[in-house]
Amino acid sequence: MSHRGWETVIGLEVHVQLATKTKIFSGASTAFGAEPNTQACAIDLAMPGTLPVLNKQAVNYAIMFGLAIDAEIARESAFERKNYFYPDLPKGYQTTQLEKPIVGRGNVEIQLADGSKKSIRIHHAHLEEDAGKSLHEGNFSSNFSGIDLNRAGTPLIEIVSEPDMRNAEEAVAFAKKLHSIVTSIGICDGEMSQGSMRFDVNVSVRPHGTTELGTRTETKNLNSFKFMEEAIAREVERQIDLIEDGGKVIQETRLYNGDTKVARSMRSKEEANDYRYFPCPDLLPVIVSEETIAELRRTLPELPDARQARFVAQYELSDYDAGILSSDAATAHYFETVVSHSNNAKLTANWIMGELSARLNSQDLSVAKSPVSAEQLAGLIARISDSSISGKMAKDVFDGMWAGQGSADDIIEARGLKQVSDSGALEKIVADVLAANPAMVEDYINSDESKRGKKLGGFMGKIMQASKGQANPQQVNQLLLQKLNTLL
Amino acid sequence: MHNLTIAELVAGLRSKTFTSVELTQHFLARIANLNADYNAVITVTAEQALAAAAAADKRLAAGNAPALCGVPMLHKDIFCTNGVRTSCGSKMLDNFVPPYDATVVENFARDGAVILGKTNMDEFAMGSSNETSYYGPVKNPWALDCVPGGSSGGSAAAVAARLAPGATATDTGGSIRQPAALCGISGIKPTYGRVSRWGMIAFASSLDQGGPMARTAEDCAIMLSCMASYDEKDSTSVDQPVPDYSSTLNRPIKGLKIGVPKEYFSEGLHPGTEAAVRQALADLVAQGAELVDISLPNSALSVPAYYVIAPAEASANLSRFDGVRYGYRCDEPKDLQDMYCRTRGEGFGEEVQRRILIGTYCLSAGYYDAYYGKAQQVRQLIQQDFTRAFAQVDVIMGPTCPSPAFKFGSKGDDPVAMYLEDIYTIATNLAGLPGMSIPCGMVEDKPVGLQIIGNYFDEALMLNVAHQFQQATDWHNLAPASIQQGAAQ
Repeated sequence: MSHRGWETVIGLEVHVQLATKTKIFSGASTAFGAEPNTQACAIDLAMPGTLPVLNKQAVNYAIMFGLAIDAEIARESAFERKNYFYPDLPKGYQTTQLEKPIVGRGNVEIQLADGSKKSIRIHHAHLEEDAGKSLHEGNFSSNFSGIDLNRAGTPLIEIVSEPDMRNAEEAVAFAKKLHSIVTSIGICDGEMSQGSMRFDVNVSVRPHGTTELGTRTETKNLNSFKFMEEAIAREVERQIDLIEDGGKVIQETRLYNGDTKVARSMRSKEEANDYRYFPCPDLLPVIVSEETIAELRRTLPELPDARQARFVAQYELSDYDAGILSSDAATAHYFETVVSHSNNAKLTANWIMGELSARLNSQDLSVAKSPVSAEQLAGLIARISDSSISGKMAKDVFDGMWAGQGSADDIIEARGLKQVSDSGALEKIVADVLAANPAMVEDYINSDESKRGKKLGGFMGKIMQASKGQANPQQVNQLLLQKLNTLL
Repeated sequence: MHNLTIAELVAGLRSKTFTSVELTQHFLARIANLNADYNAVITVTAEQALAAAAAADKRLAAGNAPALCGVPMLHKDIFCTNGVRTSCGSKMLDNFVPPYDATVVENFARDGAVILGKTNMDEFAMGSSNETSYYGPVKNPWALDCVPGGSSGGSAAAVAARLAPGATATDTGGSIRQPAALCGISGIKPTYGRVSRWGMIAFASSLDQGGPMARTAEDCAIMLSCMASYDEKDSTSVDQPVPDYSSTLNRPIKGLKIGVPKEYFSEGLHPGTEAAVRQALADLVAQGAELVDISLPNSALSVPAYYVIAPAEASANLSRFDGVRYGYRCDEPKDLQDMYCRTRGEGFGEEVQRRILIGTYCLSAGYYDAYYGKAQQVRQLIQQDFTRAFAQVDVIMGPTCPSPAFKFGSKGDDPVAMYLEDIYTIATNLAGLPGMSIPCGMVEDKPVGLQIIGNYFDEALMLNVAHQFQQATDWHNLAPASIQQGAAQ
């Protein structure tokens, strides 16, 4: 794909926080959002004499990811120390994997908007510990910074792709697919806003048709798909502008601020740290048995691609709808919970992809945090399905549920919204409206048959008004035609 | 009482010859009166010790006393002690009070030992003379103008001076054996993984190993039975049952094959030391042992390999001392860089800084393969030397160090001369093997150490051999003249 005669080459490094209860090398909790430094034990604080003990669950989660992308699982992997000084890195080194990562080469298939598919190669994925956080704002004056070590030692896998993506769309599709995989197999909560997944994007450009890679930059720590897309688009333009103006791209690490839309250089290659990696003498090599791999393979939850195929077959959804609904475990679970009550897959799919996702997006909420539960939505869909309420009324009821006013039935009851489908009641309303508007009836009768359809709308309006919107429109339409036809 | 061994103290406590409180008061008084001469003890925990002694006496009276119940001990200040300052001999940790105990400290508490305090040491265990301690040098009880060896010089001098019957120590390149030799006591560095490193402040993690120091091999056996344990908190600790080392001390050593490496009797060895070691070997032959000439051809490479690997690991291990969370922080830092530079520049002594620099250099891009990579290959060669030797022999013996205790300042200007102090002890750390030193003679009125190297997890045999040697010789019973001064009884 060419842009201004240039081809973009993108590779991603993705940090995924593993959903273990405790940290990768200590027993401290990994829960998000606690008071600063309340979830850091002596090991996380790097107190003298403390030693790391590897969390087996973190290893299993990394293996599960490897199995999910059909990668080689290293029977023996090893930890190394990556040395650099920073206040939120308590030991002065990060314990990570370099020479012997636990997950080797694999593949992730992405689907693009035009329906085409592409395979992105994974170079490897390794286990490592997260750092803490430095706080320079808020209560801290210009002379002081705060350090919160709650995050220090949270287990991560870093997934490193090959430079196989050619534009922002592919990169975002890849990132979303990874999100879908890790949430589907339950190794990550996928909460992007809490930093559960963070993306480093390597971007370079080269003249279209050439094969040599251009000088790349790395934009670090993007934690939303939108920011990632923006950052790539800006970086591509910046690099092309630079080269076309006779300049050169410098290998550097960059930061992109999604709120201000400003990108800046963080450090150049010359300023880069020499990390002085060497094998961590406090940890033994990680030996993975064939039994462990077999067991994890056997119990691996359903993967997104398999789930998509199942949704098409089981619920007769379109490939597109099934793709969206199966993309992350929480959405898929939500969908299947609703359908199990509503027994109406198509209507459920429309509501989730329409009203619900629009609302969630507008408030930046994940489906897991939806104010309207799957059971509530199922209740609403049941009332639409049995014609108790109209589609328009359903939106009002949905608003009520979103605002926390209870179940669909509660809201329908409280607001007296129940659609009138009782034919006796409806007949009376229709008869009353016709009786009250003799001129309109006269006009209808005298009109040419081809124009009567339109005139019908006038009666419908009056009838709906008289029923306070609760009349079942299909039934009204039928009754109205019957009555008027008898007058012809 | 201070001339009794741990075995005798255990028996005396059980037979109510004396109480633990009496014993504890006696040793506390000796520390109070004599320590100024040696500077061996840097923290005294009198109050806790007396409380522990009173509790021990109750258990002894009740008849449910564990192995070391009521016996006073000292811990090297490298072992973290809950609520008690643990300095590691450094200004950096002068104010550091850990909220946890080292596993070794827990093990001694479990077995009822009474902790009198913490011993002086080379800063972060980096040194062979105890001259690098922030708290000043330790003096050798045999010759107060001489070094006690290092880094466990405080523990060695305290035991030699009868300030405690036993003390814990650590050995990264000879830090138990060399000071044991220079102070005329017994000490054993167990197989790597035998004693938990949890709570033991790291110098070089792949080499560090804790072990006991006492006057006799029998006492070392009693202490090691307590000290050794498998520990889930230390991933490198080995899950093997701990034998009762005391139970095999009396086995006859007839037929024991002792390997004598020619490389350990070469240039640089003091003739007096050599003569004492050769005599000790002859004494063991008299007990029925057999000498086998062996070669450890890569011995000469052990010092250079060690001085790449140990500083490399240390450079990372000591990065945590950055002034951010605990320990020393410089006054009025201008910015982060200034805080790092001054905190570490002011908090670490010269030798520690030298080793951090060496280690950082060895791991740097472009130098890694030539130094660290090569040193790891050498390490394997050294390991193979021992594997070949142990196919032929049961134990290996030679001198612990090239010469007896040297004078303060005599090697201060020349780090390499100091590093050669450990020429005979370093290889066992690189191989992870157990090594021991016991007194075997006197040269220039200063003790000589006989080194015993065993195969992996063969501590019982080493202690057995050492004990048999001590049954037939008296070197371990000699006491330095200086200990009779002050409050000595």
